[in-house]
Amino acid sequence: MCLAIPARIEDLRAGDIAVVSLGGVRKEISLALVEDVAAGDYVIVHVGYALKKLDLREAERTLALFAEMGKPDELRGKLQATS
Amino acid sequence: MKYVDEFRDGKLAKYIAANIAAEAAPGRTYNLMEFCGGHTHAISRYGLGDLLPASVRMIHGPGCPICVLPIGRVDHAIRLALENDVTLCTYGDCLRVPASDGLSLLKARARGADVRMVYSTMDALKLAQARPDKQIVFFAIGFETTTPPTAVAIKQARALGLENFSVICNHVLTPAAMHAILANEGGAALHGFVGPGHVSTVIGSQPYEPFADDYGKPVVIAGFEPLDVMQAILMLVRQVNDGRAEVENEFTRAVTRKGNRKAQALVEEVFELREDFEWRGLGTITHSALQLGPIYAGFDAEQRFGLEYRSVPDNKACECGAILRGEKQPRDCKIFGTVCSPDNPIGSCMVSSEGACAAHYAYGRFKDVAVAAT
Repeated sequence: MCLAIPARIEDLRAGDIAVVSLGGVRKEISLALVEDVAAGDYVIVHVGYALKKLDLREAERTLALFAEMGKPDELRGKLQATS
Repeated sequence: MKYVDEFRDGKLAKYIAANIAAEAAPGRTYNLMEFCGGHTHAISRYGLGDLLPASVRMIHGPGCPICVLPIGRVDHAIRLALENDVTLCTYGDCLRVPASDGLSLLKARARGADVRMVYSTMDALKLAQARPDKQIVFFAIGFETTTPPTAVAIKQARALGLENFSVICNHVLTPAAMHAILANEGGAALHGFVGPGHVSTVIGSQPYEPFADDYGKPVVIAGFEPLDVMQAILMLVRQVNDGRAEVENEFTRAVTRKGNRKAQALVEEVFELREDFEWRGLGTITHSALQLGPIYAGFDAEQRFGLEYRSVPDNKACECGAILRGEKQPRDCKIFGTVCSPDNPIGSCMVSSEGACAAHYAYGRFKDVAVAAT
């Protein structure tokens, strides 16, 4: 029910409406719940409304965090060293 | 899709899993509740349970609005559609929820009621504008994610002077349900929560602070992709190991401490707290749901059509109640997968793809069957 997906804003229209691209599928959504969005921004879309602008810098930071994660081989080495 | 696919990388998921396995202390158990049905779905769909060590147990929470909707509320909508000649609009998942007398909204439609599935509240509003001769009632359900879109529609209906539009409001509140789970003595013994992602984009991370401060339960807010959920589990394992109870945020790309102020202001303007609301499985909880506030009371379908709430007990064989409280798993239910299936749901948890039973039916049920070697 709370399913929502990130979509890129393609075009702004009158009356708080925007056209987004969801993996190539274009759809009209409402911008009534967000502020300061522009074409090119990513928003989280839920039941036809943008709920929140995606913070792209934070998204990159989270991905960087995953990339820094200890690799299974290193962990095995660490576990053996401590046991 | 950008910002989706990167968070589904199988190799990284294995790395996070290896870290969880390395850090989960031997002899300790980690009972973690994913509150939200979206997380339940992600865990089942991507088989995340299989990546976790035996000591980390995921318990499904009540965060699926379809699942917690009691029969009496669905009966409201069915009665209205069958007896008052209204056009009843709602989200797709609602149509199949089993209600009294073997009916559902879908079966009511087969009996001639005008029941329509809408994608957005805007669709219901457009219908009201196009059909001034008909009463259009929107059956609104959902947690804090779905509430602001309902608020926008009601506000617009007032601005447009639409007298044929009204709403049956079933919007419920996440923190109230979490309180109810923790207050349930003898219930599930939890060590922490994976907090809702999309709900938190609206309400922020602040409303979860009492669960860490007062109940001593760690909360990690997570996005809905598999890597998000795995990372949140790792963060929870670390908190438990360190003896910490904090609200942490894994979903920083969309959630802030204060949330979406514009959406919150709209909800405050249109709605007020309901004194009591019955939840399936959790019983009646005070101040756990919303109703239309004084300015917008004219759009309240319960008032407009004089609907009286009548509580209806669940099917006796159905374990949805205990599953929603985190006390039982779908496999503990006698009718799971036999009498009750997604094609013929007896309980609400088998309806929506986020329901614990439907998710287990779709992705996990064969794990419980012993493999016979021939």
